[in-house]
Amino acid sequence: MGAIIWIAAIIGVTFNALGSVALLRFPDVYTRLHGATKATTFGSIFTTLAVIVYGFVRWYYDGNPKYVILAVHAIVAVVFVLITNPVSAHAIARAAHRSEIMPVRAVVDELFNDNLAKKRGGTK
Amino acid sequence: MPFILTSIVGFLAYLVLTFPSGSTLGYWSKPEIGFGIAAGVIAAAIGGRLFCYYKNYRMLNPVRWVLFLIYAFGPFFIAMAKANIDVAMRVFTGKINPAIVKISPNLKTDLGITMLANSITLTPGTLTVDIDEDTNELYIHWIYAKELPAKIEDICGTFPEWVRRIAE
Repeated sequence: MGAIIWIAAIIGVTFNALGSVALLRFPDVYTRLHGATKATTFGSIFTTLAVIVYGFVRWYYDGNPKYVILAVHAIVAVVFVLITNPVSAHAIARAAHRSEIMPVRAVVDELFNDNLAKKRGGTK
Repeated sequence: MPFILTSIVGFLAYLVLTFPSGSTLGYWSKPEIGFGIAAGVIAAAIGGRLFCYYKNYRMLNPVRWVLFLIYAFGPFFIAMAKANIDVAMRVFTGKINPAIVKISPNLKTDLGITMLANSITLTPGTLTVDIDEDTNELYIHWIYAKELPAKIEDICGTFPEWVRRIAE
């Protein structure tokens, strides 16, 4: 049981660390969002999984209900992270594109092209 | 109907948050259940109309919930793990070929398009930037564009079929 907790925690911390490295490595806001929001979501799932396993194991052996409260609240927390994280990433990306920050080194930007066509021709 | 449905959902959410609070009625104590009913009714009075905005109760079907759980723990989680490892490698090698591409998944409902956009955003490597609200086409920032014009399978695999079965 201890092994599962350790492995989950190590995987989670590794992906969270990679997400921070991505902030330094990538050139613009969109590519940084890939590392900074999504890799950290995956990492957070695994760190929370370690908490959940810990809570249920301690509840099984000790019978103290405070551990199962910990586990249930961790599950609720990971569900809300999974719902809110993509929404916030999408909001940041949309705001960046609307304030005309162009993706660096992009081979094609169909959103920019379509907006330009709309502006010129009225309707699309 | 929206009032009753919202109060039941609020009550169940309250029960989950106060999971082991006593042993008189299963795992919950009597005062907690009373507070839960009160909280559910108050929440329904305030937000019932928003919660059932379209007056469409297809999500009450339990088959859709089972399919959603299978989707979340099966194909979606595997795709997410694969994409995470892929992006982790790109962090080290710096090999990127970004593009903003347009896909048309042919979904009609708001819930379906929200679920697909969130699934796409949660898998690293693809990020929903904007949506065309008339045609429900998604604009997606893709960190490594394999080929252009983009094929829908390359970006999100079988997600649209799953979402169509769950939410439409």
